[in-house]
Amino acid sequence: MVRLIVSGAVVLLALAGAAVAQAPKPGGVANAVIQPEPPGLMLGLLQNGPTQMVAGNIYEGLLRYSETLEPKPGLAESWTVGPDGKTYTFSLVKNATWHDGKPFTAADVLFSVEFLKQTHPRARGNMAKVTSVAAPDPHTVVFTLSEPFGPFLGVFEVGSLPMIPKHVYEGTDYKTNPANNTPIGTGPFMFKEWKKGSFIRLVKNPNYHVAGRPYLDEIYWHVIPDAASRAVAFETGKVDILPGGSVENFDVPRLSQMKGACVTGKGWEFFGPHSWLWLNNRQGPTANKAFRQAVSYAIDRDFARDVIWNGLGKPAIGPVSSSTRFFNAKLGQYSYDPAKAKALLKQSGYKGETLRLLPVPYGETWQRWAEAVKQNLEDVGIKTEIVATDVAGWNQKTSEWDYDIAFTYLYQYGDPALGVARNYISSQIAKGSPFNNVEGYSNPAVDKGFAEAAVAVSPAERQALYDGVVKTVIEDAPVAWLLELQFPTITRCKVKDLVTTGIGVNDGFRDAWIER
Amino acid sequence: MALFLARRLGKGILVLLAIVVLNFFLIRLAPGDPALVMAGEAGAGDELYVAQLREKFGLDQPLPLQLGLYLRSILSLDLGYSVRQQMPVGRLILDRLPATLLLTGTAFLISLTLGVALGALAARRAGRLADTAITALALLFYATPLFWVSLMAIIVFSVRLDWLPAFGFETVGGGYTGLARAADIARHLVLPSLTLGLFFMAVYVRMTRASMLEVAGLDFVKTARAKGLREGTVQRRHVLRNALLPVVTLAGLQAGTLVGGAILTETVFAWPGIGRLMYEALLQRDYNLLLGVFVVSSAMVLLFNLVTDVIYRVVDPRIEAAS
Repeated sequence: MVRLIVSGAVVLLALAGAAVAQAPKPGGVANAVIQPEPPGLMLGLLQNGPTQMVAGNIYEGLLRYSETLEPKPGLAESWTVGPDGKTYTFSLVKNATWHDGKPFTAADVLFSVEFLKQTHPRARGNMAKVTSVAAPDPHTVVFTLSEPFGPFLGVFEVGSLPMIPKHVYEGTDYKTNPANNTPIGTGPFMFKEWKKGSFIRLVKNPNYHVAGRPYLDEIYWHVIPDAASRAVAFETGKVDILPGGSVENFDVPRLSQMKGACVTGKGWEFFGPHSWLWLNNRQGPTANKAFRQAVSYAIDRDFARDVIWNGLGKPAIGPVSSSTRFFNAKLGQYSYDPAKAKALLKQSGYKGETLRLLPVPYGETWQRWAEAVKQNLEDVGIKTEIVATDVAGWNQKTSEWDYDIAFTYLYQYGDPALGVARNYISSQIAKGSPFNNVEGYSNPAVDKGFAEAAVAVSPAERQALYDGVVKTVIEDAPVAWLLELQFPTITRCKVKDLVTTGIGVNDGFRDAWIER
Repeated sequence: MALFLARRLGKGILVLLAIVVLNFFLIRLAPGDPALVMAGEAGAGDELYVAQLREKFGLDQPLPLQLGLYLRSILSLDLGYSVRQQMPVGRLILDRLPATLLLTGTAFLISLTLGVALGALAARRAGRLADTAITALALLFYATPLFWVSLMAIIVFSVRLDWLPAFGFETVGGGYTGLARAADIARHLVLPSLTLGLFFMAVYVRMTRASMLEVAGLDFVKTARAKGLREGTVQRRHVLRNALLPVVTLAGLQAGTLVGGAILTETVFAWPGIGRLMYEALLQRDYNLLLGVFVVSSAMVLLFNLVTDVIYRVVDPRIEAAS
C-alpha cells in the first residue's frame, strides 16, 4: 500500500513537472550565434545559409514541414491538390500583415513567384512547370502546372519560396531597393538593427498572425568570427544558442556535456545534408567505373563518423539521404572492404598516378577528413595529394572541373527531384556552378528514370522508378558517398521548442520560449 | 620644411596610385570571383544567376575598362560600391574605423610607453636582476604567437576568472549610455589591446635597451657626468634622447599598421574593425571593398612615414642640417 501511494505520488509529481515544463512563458531575449555574418537579409535575393537562418524569422513561406516532411500551415492555412496532380489551391490566413502594417494578400503571392523567378535559381527550377498562378479572391491562390510534379507540395518553405511584399518592391530595381537593408516580411520577428561586425537584432512582431506567438521579445544574433571564441561565448553564457555548424566538431562533446546544455541533431531533415566525393568521370583513372567502385570500398565511413565527426551522422549508402522521401535502405552496396578495393583497382588498370584531392575549405573538420580519406586511399594503393584552397578557389576549381577527387556536400530539400537528380542527370552538366553534375556522369537510363519519377503522380509509382534509378547509379558509382551529415544545435536547456520542424533553426524562432 | 613636405606629399600620391594599380591586378590573380563566391554560398546557382551577379559586380567589362573606371572614382575620392554588402565602400570603412583606431591606438600607446620605460630601466640596471627579468619577459612576448596569447588570455581572464569580457566591442543589448558605455567599452578593450600591444612592447624594450647601452658608452655621456650632472638627468636628457631614433623608426612602422594590422586580434576577440572587414572581403573576393581598405591603409602608411620623418628632425636636428 505504501509503495502504491509513493508511486502514485511520483506519477503525480512527474505529471505536474511535465505540465509546468510545457506551459510556455512569454518574454525574454534569445542570444544566438550567426556564422559567418550574412551579406544581407533579403531572403528573396540571397539564399546562403546565414541569411536564411536570420531571415527565416522575418519572412515566411506558404507552408512549413514537419520532421517527417509533412506539410504544415504557414501563411497558407489549408490546401488542396487536384485529382490530376496539376492544380494546387491554397487558402491564405486572413489576418496576416506585413511589418509595415499593410495586409498580406494573394497579390503578394503572385508577385513573389514572379520576383523569385528572376532572382532565386532554386525557385526558378521549382516553378518551371507552373503555367499560371491565379488569385480568384484575395485569400486564395491557385497554381496550375503543365504536368504533374511529385515534389511540388514540398517547395513552399520559407527559404525556397519566401513571400515578398508587393507594395515595397513592385516597379523598383529589386537588387538596389533601399528596403533590402531594412527587410519587411510577415514573420514572427521584425528587423530592428544591424551593427555590422557585431550583432543583428530582431524584435517581436506584436501583430503576428498566430495568436500568442512569438513568445520571445527579442533575438540577438552575435557575429563572432573565430570558432574557439564562439565556443567560449557559449561557455561564458554570452550566447545560449549555437546553431548547427557554428563550432568545430571537436568542441561539440565538451560543450554538450556542460551543465545545463542540451543538444539536438534534429531540424535538418528537410535539408538532408549529404556528403560525397566527386570523382571526375571525364578523365584519368576516375573515368573508370571499377576504379570509382574501388574508391567507394576503400573509404572507412564509420571511422570518419566516429573520429572526425564525433559520432554524429550516418554512413551514406547511396544518392538519396535517409531523411529524404523515397529512400530505400535495401539498396546500399559499398561497405569498408580494402581487399575488394584492391582487386577492383587491379582490374581498373590503375598505374599509380597521383590524383588531386580537393577538401571543402570549411574549417578544421573537413581538413582532417581529407587527411583520413587520403590515408584510406593510400592503404589500398591510390596516390593522392591534397590541394589547399579557400572558398572562392574551391568554387572556381569545382565549377571549372579542375580536380580529380573533390569533397562536397549538398542539400536534398526533401525530394529526389529537387536535391538529388541535379547531381546525376546529364542536362545538369554545365561549367560555372558547383551545384550541378560536376562529376560529369552521364547515363541515358538514369536521365530517363529521374525525369519519369519527377512527373509520376502516385507515390508508389515514384518509389519504384527511384529504386530503379538509384540501383543503377550505385552500380555506376559516379561519386563516392560519404556521410549523411548532422549539424547539432547546442542550446542552454532553458531554451525550449527551438527546433519544431524539419527546417529547424532556419524556420525561425516562432515557437521558442525561455524557461524562467 | 614646407618644400620638403610638398615634395614628399607629391611622391606619396604617385606611390599610392602605383599601389592601387598593382593591387587591382594582384587580387584578380586569386582564383574565383565574387559572383562565384555568392553563388557558392547560395547552395544553388545556374548560369543565369552567376551571369546576373557578374553584371552587377561589373565583372563583365574588359579588365582595362574596369581599372580605368576604378581609377577615375579613386581620383574623385570615391572608393566605390560594395555590391555584396549593398553599401558604399567609404561608409563601410568609416563605420569600422573608430573601433580599429581605438584598439590599435590603445595598443600603440601601451606598447610605446611601457616598452620605452621598461627598456630604459633595463639599460640602467644592465646585468642585474631587474634587467634579466625584463629581458626574459620581453623575449617571451616577442616569441609567442599573438593568437595563442589571445586565446590563453581569454581562457584565464574570461572563462576561469570571469574578470573581463571575452569578446566584442561592448555589451550587446546592455543599453548603456554616456560614461557607463565608455566604461563598458574600456572593459572590452583591455584584453585585445594588451595582447596586441605585448608584441610591440617587447620590441620596444629590446630596442631601447640596446640603443641606450650603446649610447651610454659614448664620450659625450662621460662629459655630461664629468660636468657633475645627476645620473637621472644624464640618463634622461643625454642617453635616452640620443637612443630614441631607432625607436621612432619602429614606432613609425607600427603606426603604419594602425589601420589594417590587427586582423588576428580582431578575429579572436570579435572586434568589429577594419582588419576583419579586409579579411572577409578577401575571402569573399569583394574586390571594391578590398581595394578600398588597401587604399586607406596604404595612405596611412605613407602618412605615418612622413610624420616619422618630421619627428626625426625634431628629435635629432642634425638630420635637417644634412638634408
